[in-house]
Amino acid sequence: MGGADAPAGGFVQLLTPDGERIDSVTTADGTTYSVDFTDDEYRELYRDLVTVRRLDAEATALQRQGELGIWASLLGQEAAQVGSGRAMRPQDMAFPTYREHGVLYTRGIDPIMPFGLFRGVDQGGWDANEHRFNGYTIVIGSQTLHATGYAMGVTMDGKTGGPDGEAVIAYFGDGATSQGEVNEAFVWAGVFHAPMVFFCQNNQYAISEPLERQTRIPLYRRAAGYGFPGVRIDGNDVLASFAVTRAALDNARNGQGPTLIEAYTYRMGAHTSSDDPTRYRIASEVESWKAKDPISRLRAFLAKQQLGDDAFFDEVDEAAKKLALDLRERVLAMPDPQPVSMFDHVYPNGSPELEAQRAQFAAYHASFEGSDH
Amino acid sequence: MMAETITIGKALNHGLRRSLEHDSKVVIMGEDVGKLGGVFRITDGLQKDFGEDRVIDTPLAEAGIVGTAVGLAIRGYRPVCEIQFDGFVFPAYNQIVAQVAKMFYRSKGKVRLPIVIRIPYGGGIGAVEHHSESPEAYFSHTPGLKVVTCSNPADAYWMIQQAIRSDDPIVFFEPKRRYWEKGEVDLDGDLAGAYPLHEARVVREGTDATLLAYGPMVRTALDAATAAAEDGRNLEVIDLRTLSPVDYEKIYSSVRRTGRAVVVHEAPGNIGLGAELAARITEHCFYSLEAPVLRVTGYDIPYPAARVEEEYLPDLDRVLDAVDRSFGW
Repeated sequence: MGGADAPAGGFVQLLTPDGERIDSVTTADGTTYSVDFTDDEYRELYRDLVTVRRLDAEATALQRQGELGIWASLLGQEAAQVGSGRAMRPQDMAFPTYREHGVLYTRGIDPIMPFGLFRGVDQGGWDANEHRFNGYTIVIGSQTLHATGYAMGVTMDGKTGGPDGEAVIAYFGDGATSQGEVNEAFVWAGVFHAPMVFFCQNNQYAISEPLERQTRIPLYRRAAGYGFPGVRIDGNDVLASFAVTRAALDNARNGQGPTLIEAYTYRMGAHTSSDDPTRYRIASEVESWKAKDPISRLRAFLAKQQLGDDAFFDEVDEAAKKLALDLRERVLAMPDPQPVSMFDHVYPNGSPELEAQRAQFAAYHASFEGSDH
Repeated sequence: MMAETITIGKALNHGLRRSLEHDSKVVIMGEDVGKLGGVFRITDGLQKDFGEDRVIDTPLAEAGIVGTAVGLAIRGYRPVCEIQFDGFVFPAYNQIVAQVAKMFYRSKGKVRLPIVIRIPYGGGIGAVEHHSESPEAYFSHTPGLKVVTCSNPADAYWMIQQAIRSDDPIVFFEPKRRYWEKGEVDLDGDLAGAYPLHEARVVREGTDATLLAYGPMVRTALDAATAAAEDGRNLEVIDLRTLSPVDYEKIYSSVRRTGRAVVVHEAPGNIGLGAELAARITEHCFYSLEAPVLRVTGYDIPYPAARVEEEYLPDLDRVLDAVDRSFGW
């Protein structure tokens, strides 16, 4: 397995950086991965990749203009996110970090959802169950345990063992694999045979710390120690991301337990907008990853196969731009919350102490001349 | 009425059993809770009767116990986590304070985590390090959590059921050295008629000073009040029951009558619940006070070796000494 520029040990790749389609890949355990997309499905994947990159670029611009307090860019990780996200079925449940804007988009969720968090007008605030996509998790790795518990609940509800079953996917990065809680999630998932996929986007850096500070072995190989399969994919190949995630989710929903997928990719930008990657990585490394770009390789494939012409590519760009500008307008229009609302939703059943503080706060604000609170 | 005389431990067991019967979404999870029935046997017999999916023996990792409970709760379950001992809760601290406490707030009320985290706490059983601590202030300081503790079998029986039915995430501290103390419990009573979870209770009425205690120290405070009565001092004893939020109104009305307050807890006094209670009483009852609010607490040291723990733990004499100081003001 593994085509152009594979890391030592190889990875599953179905589309090379030059846009060459590899028909199928069979891994050492005998599993064969492939995709069978229609022309339209290839084109829609391309549209997804371009759209999430454009939305991400818009968010980065908004941060630079002071409209967002911070932004965690997905630049370079579009294929890992779009491929795995599109592999989910509607009934599946995702547990993201704070960088999964592309996965969120593929769930059919309004891309404005995370902007409250980054703009500082709320802490996220969406309904995880309604969208089948949980809140962004900032403490590294905590959500892998939530995903595992949720997957245990899927089993307890009898929702595994067939194509209508449910599966769960937990996203995390290479840095998170050092966390105790992620290791506990692996232990639990293995022991309880949880119907889930651990999707690690190895983007090579945990803020400034390189992969060598997290591990001495390829991350996908850790799965063996917990008793379930681990697969490494070319994280910049949307087809491999889709094929392997779909197989792993199907295995989970059919009662075959968890899988760890290591998407070998690269964070092209900073960890967040507060970070300066020129302090810890060299330009030539970034350049070498540019040559593996997930969008240009799919575009090359579409062009070669005559699945897309300039008119199509322009139309996709234009539609993405329109969506991004629409998002910009809506983000700028997001109102600041009423100060007194900070007391809302602390406890489902309320608290007399908190009610007293709220009343005191409101009275204090009302005491100022011209106050509208 | 079927009142039975049972221990706090047995009352908790009955309360858990009734909760499992009442709602099929209730699951108990923790290290050793199944076949062994917990190291204190609080979950004795429950796995046998409800199965391994309802009473789940977990791997040995506290963050995992609470973290997977979060996922189960998102899925619609009502997990009851057992942390084996007070000093073992800290590996789960991140999940409790950063996730369990904040998910409802973070999601603007859309994600509820009706999780109960049971922690046997406090000293007095001659245990080794990490088995005798009183970490309640850490959790009481965290918005989003409710923190409760029981002191007698009837409260144990009802409060655990109330906690499990509540959608609020609740840290439930169990006074381990009182597990074997007995009292009357109406096992067939109606939960709706139970004493409200969030209210403090006057467990002994008095006129001369107010003793404030909770969990394992309620018995000590009652014993002190009995002894003080022989000296002609009529002490009121309040069992806080809920540590976050505290039922302040009941405390203020008592202190306004008695004019004196002594807070008793096992945890170190520094930045503890006693400090908060003293500050609040001073602020709200200043003109009624005949003396400063005094505290009888554990010392500001790591919990000491078992052979000297009786010197560390507040006892009847230290409480009476504080009462004397209050009257000597």
